[in-house]
Amino acid sequence: MEMVNITVDGQELQVQKNSTVLEAARIAGIKIPTLCYHPELRPEGNCRVCMVEVKGARTLVASCVYPVSEGMVVNTNTVGVREARKTVVELLLANHPQDCLSCQRNLNCELQTIAADLGVRKIRFEGEKKSYPLDNSNPSLVRDQSKCILCGRCVRACSERQGVNVYSFANRGFKTTVVPAFNQGLDKVACTYCGQCASVCPTGAIVVKDDTLSVWRELANPQKHVVVQTAPAVRVALGEALGLNLGEAVTGKMVAALRRLGFDKVFDTNFSADLTIMEEGAEFLHRLKNGGKLPMITSCSPGWVNFAELFYPDLLDHLSTAKSPQQMFGAIVKTYYAEKAGIDPANIVSVSVMPCTAKKGEAAREEMKSSGYKDVDFVITTTELAAMIKESGIDFASLAEEKYDDPMGIATGAGVIFGATGGVMEAALRTLSELVTGEELKDIEFHNVRGLNGVKEAEIELGDKTVKVAVAHTLLNARALMDKIRRGEADYHFIEIMACPGGCIGGAGQPINLSAGFRQKRIDAIYDCDTKSELRKSHKNPAICELYDTWLGKPLGEKSHHLLHTTYQPQKR
Amino acid sequence: MEHFRAHVLICAGTGCVSSGSKKVEAALREQLAKKGLDKEIKIVETGCHGFCEMGPLVIVYPEGVFYVRVKEEDVTDIVEDHLYKGRIVERLLYKEPVSLEKVPNYSDIPFYKKQMRMVLANCGHIDPEVIEEYIAVNGYQALGKALVEMKPEDVVDEVKKSGLRGRGGGGFPTGLKWGFTRSAVGEKKYVVCNADEGDPGAFMDRSVLEGDPHRIIEGMAICGYAIGADEGYIYVRAEYPLAIKRLKIAISQAEDMGLLGENIFGSGFNFKIKIKEGAGAFVCGEETALLASIEGRRGMPRPRPPFPAVSGLWGKPTNINNVETFANVPQIINNGADWYAAIGTERSKGTKVFALTGRINHTGLAEVPMGISMREIIYDIGGGIPNGKKFKAVQIGGPSGGCLPENMLNLAVDYDSLIEVGAMMGSGGLVVMDETTCMVDVAKFFLNFTQSESCGKCTPCREGTKRMLEILTRITDGEGKDGDIELLQDMAKDIKATALCGLGQTAPNPVLSTIRYFKHEYEAHIKEKRCPAGACSKLAGYTILDSCKGCSLCKKACPVEAISGTIKAKHQIDSEKCIKCGTCLAKCPFKAIVKG
Repeated sequence: MEMVNITVDGQELQVQKNSTVLEAARIAGIKIPTLCYHPELRPEGNCRVCMVEVKGARTLVASCVYPVSEGMVVNTNTVGVREARKTVVELLLANHPQDCLSCQRNLNCELQTIAADLGVRKIRFEGEKKSYPLDNSNPSLVRDQSKCILCGRCVRACSERQGVNVYSFANRGFKTTVVPAFNQGLDKVACTYCGQCASVCPTGAIVVKDDTLSVWRELANPQKHVVVQTAPAVRVALGEALGLNLGEAVTGKMVAALRRLGFDKVFDTNFSADLTIMEEGAEFLHRLKNGGKLPMITSCSPGWVNFAELFYPDLLDHLSTAKSPQQMFGAIVKTYYAEKAGIDPANIVSVSVMPCTAKKGEAAREEMKSSGYKDVDFVITTTELAAMIKESGIDFASLAEEKYDDPMGIATGAGVIFGATGGVMEAALRTLSELVTGEELKDIEFHNVRGLNGVKEAEIELGDKTVKVAVAHTLLNARALMDKIRRGEADYHFIEIMACPGGCIGGAGQPINLSAGFRQKRIDAIYDCDTKSELRKSHKNPAICELYDTWLGKPLGEKSHHLLHTTYQPQKR
Repeated sequence: MEHFRAHVLICAGTGCVSSGSKKVEAALREQLAKKGLDKEIKIVETGCHGFCEMGPLVIVYPEGVFYVRVKEEDVTDIVEDHLYKGRIVERLLYKEPVSLEKVPNYSDIPFYKKQMRMVLANCGHIDPEVIEEYIAVNGYQALGKALVEMKPEDVVDEVKKSGLRGRGGGGFPTGLKWGFTRSAVGEKKYVVCNADEGDPGAFMDRSVLEGDPHRIIEGMAICGYAIGADEGYIYVRAEYPLAIKRLKIAISQAEDMGLLGENIFGSGFNFKIKIKEGAGAFVCGEETALLASIEGRRGMPRPRPPFPAVSGLWGKPTNINNVETFANVPQIINNGADWYAAIGTERSKGTKVFALTGRINHTGLAEVPMGISMREIIYDIGGGIPNGKKFKAVQIGGPSGGCLPENMLNLAVDYDSLIEVGAMMGSGGLVVMDETTCMVDVAKFFLNFTQSESCGKCTPCREGTKRMLEILTRITDGEGKDGDIELLQDMAKDIKATALCGLGQTAPNPVLSTIRYFKHEYEAHIKEKRCPAGACSKLAGYTILDSCKGCSLCKKACPVEAISGTIKAKHQIDSEKCIKCGTCLAKCPFKAIVKG
């Protein structure tokens, strides 16, 4: 790599030729403030907060987009630079609601932080403020354009990361907005509710719908038996929001906290992840043997399912009919568990804690009532759970670890790896290998489907058959695979798709994290949970075996068909 | 070939068309036919002559008699007297505003005398829809010379040597720009003509496109050859339908003659031109926004570098020049760089077309050599200020420019001198203001324009211009506060330093220049709640002078009973009650009521 010599605030540096002034300054230990810049998105230089002085330039320049060049002299800390940055932030604040204290992003807002860091103490401008109605039309996300600072990160995330292109800029001047097509609500446009826009929004302009109030209400109702399930990815990110370290699994503390919050039973979605493997694995073998539609594609990720229904209605028969672990859990808890515990399912409230915003929509789907009731009553995200824990005054860090309740808290390492991209595939392969060959699998770790590459491919021997699999995360990568299938060029047998980058650990219900490599750290924690599990194969889960033996019968059996499988419909929006 | 004993040129530029030249033409055709003169007299529709104030214009050759403000009903006299009997229709001649002398001949009119019409040479003299007429005045000779006799790098050098600078506003040396694009790595390159003329009051590009479209095509093709591009785009606003129509005709004629297309002049050089109609966003005149718009995206600027010369249209090296810049190219190639560089000043070469508007007698287009004084443009060419009013300021450079006061009238107009005094050449709009213009109001007008045309992408332009406009509005409403001037200056400094593109970086200029030269007007608004020009309606008070006869007409007319007084005695206005509607002033038969 070619290097160039530059001077930043008097420090002489050698930096890569293709780097920006912002990157160079960070090497020199200078943290230039940014707002519209996001480390994972193409920089656009919109907000003009990261201004610096470059000797010889006619104006200040935006360091996030300005390339370094040989001999460049940069000053990041002159009076002019500081005043200019302050004015820019002041201008943003002058057109921003001053309700920080009651904003969902209070103390977790980049605009707030930057205003504090830059020492903005007074707003010299008064005048018109923008005011737009709230877009509250969908189950997952709330958009408040009054809080939008037009940084364009959501526009870029939706197009660059997800390839969905819901948002664009509209109107001019002071009336400029970021809107879905024709300024319609997100429920009227091709939004998958993946929430990646909310996870990159620096302010409270796009937030995850808050359902904690409903959960509090149910917890306070003595007539109700409130059970909770926690998704695999929640345990490796919840700690981040409660002052613990990134990459620390907090399973035991989380279970303890949920009990303190008043949940009657604390169960694990990993249990129903194991159940999913049983059903989905059986379905795959059935398709393989009987010439069914291949490649079969996983259906655990509701953002992905929405995406398929919206953009690939012609390919819906590729999706596994198996419900997601959340919905399998919901169907089982109000039938099997109710029976077993002797509780009227009408009195059971089923809550799930998910890393995902689209899960809220999934639970609300009309067809998700196979128990005779709404299978999952409320979905809250990791972030919402953290908020509930804070609100109730629980000192999370000092909690003693506790264990999940039986029987739906019994799970394997195969269930927990659902939280990372490639995990569902790996869990399925562990079970499929043994089911097909009847022999114990020696090496149960399938490293070629792990990791953060956008699309991963592998060939696996299943008995005498070689099975070709692919794993994709983010909808942009999903689109590439789906187009390949549509063109008839995909010779895969089995595909795993997750809507969010890194899989569920990168879901929009997780605490917002901008640090480098945070997804890998969460993934490492997930696989660490797997390694430490006594049981690591779904079909070896004793609670699952008991469920089939005593109640469900066989995978793909009649009860399973009724409770654990679903259908997909093209969505026209 | 047919021979005609006379030619009647009718201006078919947008200005004259809107004042009725099409009707004049129809009447003329009808009457000539009726008289049986249609075989000996030819009617030619031309482009703009620039003297738009006096339109519709009709010129009769071979005499060169120049008729102004010709109406449909005047046609009979032109046909009967002039064309039939050979007698000039005196009443339709141009009258010199001071001496009131009638000037029958085109070239003797003062409006044209001090001009140096090079870029506009053909405008008004050839039929822009007939390629042969352009060829007859040496059209496409420069392209032929470049392709046959010159190497591409020689063409770049020639343009460099000529000293031509970008006429779109920035004044960047054109040859240098061509050189960058020429040396940029890439198989495919583009030439783009920026015809998104958007400054309020500017219409020089439109006139060239309408009056001499082949000149632009020739300039672009020469540029294509010089930089190694085989494709060009003309980005022209859809509000210029006549320009688009004539460009389309011109392109197809040039293609038919092999002057565009494959292997032009047998040189192996290929070049084609496409037209892209813009939807009229001002910001699309900014080159990166313009490129985004051609590509079908929202017209928003992007940060530079990379410059379009390196990564432009669809990521390919692209040379973008303004209409007037391209229009200068053929004559540079034809006559040589030295000839061109002899015109103008040390660092600004050639001529510049200015659009004269506002409080000036001769609204229109004037092409003058660089270095001419503002005074000559406004008084000698523009005919001074109408209605005996006093000159106050001239706004030059459009929304990015500045307002210059009377003591700057002797300033030699070129790129650098204008920047020095806080204005800029811009695209060449000149708005003249007289004593009744309020300078705070002028700043407000331009800021209102830029803030509503801001693309909204960057914070300082989107939010900053809005706040500045709010402050200016407050001042003109009489609610200005101590510190407002300083706040405006502070904001202007930060917006100029931080905005993403030229629109934002120059948006505060009208405010800064009016504060610089007319600070006392700001102070009068803020401190004395008074508008010295009497233009700000919320501040305009009315006073009844001692010459009041006490007729009480004003008292009866006042809608809010703000005027009191007895018959035959001087009346008074209660300024608290007065709503500043101006009815009393209009009613007074003795001119005893004044503003202020």
